[in-house]
Amino acid sequence: MENFSIPIGEAIEATIDFLVEHFAFLTKAFSEVTGNGIDILVSVMMFFHPGVLIFLFAGIAWFITKRTGIALFTLLGLALIWNMGLWDPTVSTIALVLIATLFAIILGVPLGIFAAMSQIFYRIVMPILDFMQTMPAFVYLIPAIPFFGLGKVAAIFSTVVFSMPPAIRLTCLGIKQVPNELVEAADAFGSNKWQKLFKLQLPIATPTIMAGINQTIMLALSMVVIAAMIGAKGLGGEVWKAIQRLQPGKGFEAGLGIVIVAIILDRIMQRVGGKTRT
Amino acid sequence: MTHKIEVQNLYKVFGPHPQEAIKMVEQGKTKDEIMAETKHGVGVANATFHVKEGEILVVMGLSGSGKSTLVRCLNRLIDPSAGKVMIDGEDVTQLDHNQLRRFRQKHLSMVFQNFALFPHRTVRQNTEYGLEIQKVDPEIRKEKAMKALSQVGLAGWEESYPAQLSGGMQQRVGLARALALDADIMLMDEAFSALDPLIRRDMQDELLSLQDKMQKTIVFISHDLDEALKLGDRIVLMKDGFIVQEGTAEDILTNPANEYVAKFVEEVDMSKVLNAESVMIKPREVAYFSTDGPRAALRKMEHASISSIFVRKDKKLYGVVTADDAIEAAERGDKTLEKIVNTEFIKVDPDTQANDLFAMLATSKYPIAVVNDEEQLMGVIIKGSLLAKLSEKRIKEMETQ
Ligand SMILES: Nc1ncnc2c1ncn2[C@@H]1O[C@H](COP(=O)(O)OP(=O)(O)O)[C@@H](O)[C@H]1O
Ligand SMILES: [Mg+2]
Repeated sequence: MENFSIPIGEAIEATIDFLVEHFAFLTKAFSEVTGNGIDILVSVMMFFHPGVLIFLFAGIAWFITKRTGIALFTLLGLALIWNMGLWDPTVSTIALVLIATLFAIILGVPLGIFAAMSQIFYRIVMPILDFMQTMPAFVYLIPAIPFFGLGKVAAIFSTVVFSMPPAIRLTCLGIKQVPNELVEAADAFGSNKWQKLFKLQLPIATPTIMAGINQTIMLALSMVVIAAMIGAKGLGGEVWKAIQRLQPGKGFEAGLGIVIVAIILDRIMQRVGGKTRT
Repeated sequence: MTHKIEVQNLYKVFGPHPQEAIKMVEQGKTKDEIMAETKHGVGVANATFHVKEGEILVVMGLSGSGKSTLVRCLNRLIDPSAGKVMIDGEDVTQLDHNQLRRFRQKHLSMVFQNFALFPHRTVRQNTEYGLEIQKVDPEIRKEKAMKALSQVGLAGWEESYPAQLSGGMQQRVGLARALALDADIMLMDEAFSALDPLIRRDMQDELLSLQDKMQKTIVFISHDLDEALKLGDRIVLMKDGFIVQEGTAEDILTNPANEYVAKFVEEVDMSKVLNAESVMIKPREVAYFSTDGPRAALRKMEHASISSIFVRKDKKLYGVVTADDAIEAAERGDKTLEKIVNTEFIKVDPDTQANDLFAMLATSKYPIAVVNDEEQLMGVIIKGSLLAKLSEKRIKEMETQ
């Protein structure tokens, strides 16, 4: 049996080699853009004194959610992180998550819309998404390295790929869930498909799309931690260091930091999604 | 002469090979047989009918008989499998995608059974939708929307959201959304079926009075014969995708084309079609017990050319006074109607069957008074008005027996 092993691995490697060789200009451009994006975002956040930034974040949380509880949690949670001496890696993690999520949304939402509008594309993309979701997360790290080498950009790349499926899936679902009678009404009054999309389908699908984006952010956060393995640094990097040095205490602190960031992002995003419902 | 809408040999078959099923329909097979043999659902089979400019055509039939499919073939929300739909002499089935959109904007508005209002838009934004799609200037479309909303009695609700309105009001928005468009044809798919009976009757009345002013061409879908009789200038009856009869309300009531129609008709009570409310006329004058004396009452009778007049007391119907008695009382110098008012007269409630009214009129010196629950006078029935309304139907009934 083993004599005849089907060359799946070889094929993948050949493909990657081919892509690396011929699309280097693309990967280079992506590297430049994301690399610069992260650097700028990090230096903007680092420009502020941590205390100031923490109040700023709490203010943003309050502004979006109008919940004192969430604002207070943001304030205390981030203060604890600062106190644990994890401020710099946290800023770097937040920057990575934001940039990765931004890419995932920019790519995922239009793909979801397209999947909802084209039955053929839907049939192609859904099995791929199923496949992607059953794949262990760190497998996504592997193809990133030959393209981008070790570091933040490779981490972002694999995070985007890993966290995009819910954005696609729930955008598509949200649009398909728009009641048929409403779609009929839009058609009956002579809407073209863009008018139908922007005046009816997207507004009605917004809560579902927001739920998808929320999931994307959570996945991005979990992936950013895993991506520490290929040099993403940040909070994941702290956990990684702690494991290698057998320092359970430090590892737990970094883990706690991740949880705090996750809860803050989750609560804020839930309110963004919920608010659009009328 | 050509009609506003002419539908010729229209078919809609659901399934991958409609042509096969159409052949089977032509061979005389039924919807069930075709379903059993080919797994194709026949929605509409060989429908031919027309709608005249400015009339209300009601398409009636039991649930599943193909009414919604038929009406959606008119604006091609569903694409017909075969046949022609001519509107203003243009074959709608031949329009390409963009032509179809423009055609819908110009000619075809629609009102839906479950309202189909956009939940994220205010009442006004819903009403403006059709105009917004046509990129009409915001000021003009606001003006038109406001006008449509006041036509359906929703002025003041512009900034509410649909979820804040009752069912009846939501459907008024649906109606306003269609009216704002100025399209000459309005398709209404069971527009009032989701409303409770009282509201439903209001909406029917309102549609009729709007139609008096607008003279649109309306295709109204209903599964309720009473509604069809009330609204329809003509009625098309459907069964299992086929049109089984087409005609006026009278045609359908008196000459049911087959057993299916007859069954349908059996369920309508003639008395429901014609009741006291539908044959009464407005009282031309009323005397007031507290303020009118015999002379005033006489003047009112003279003015309205009637020989007796109903008398109101404390907002309620109290009695009746004849002209003869009033003359006598005036000569005696009476100052009030007290001595001559007769409190023994026939009063009925608005739902009394028209057939029963005949016997009552025969035994009464006075017109019959129609009163509501609060004993207030709603209208009067005199022999002339009742006869006029009933005679056509009576004659036709006798002809068929
Ligand atoms: N999209 C569809 N696919 C398959 N069959 C359909 C579809 N729409 C309607 N039908 C069938 O066509 C017939 C007529 O349906 P419809 O026009 O909705 O009836 P009605 O409006 O009179 O209740 C029914 O037998 C229904 O099952
Ligand atoms: Mg229907």
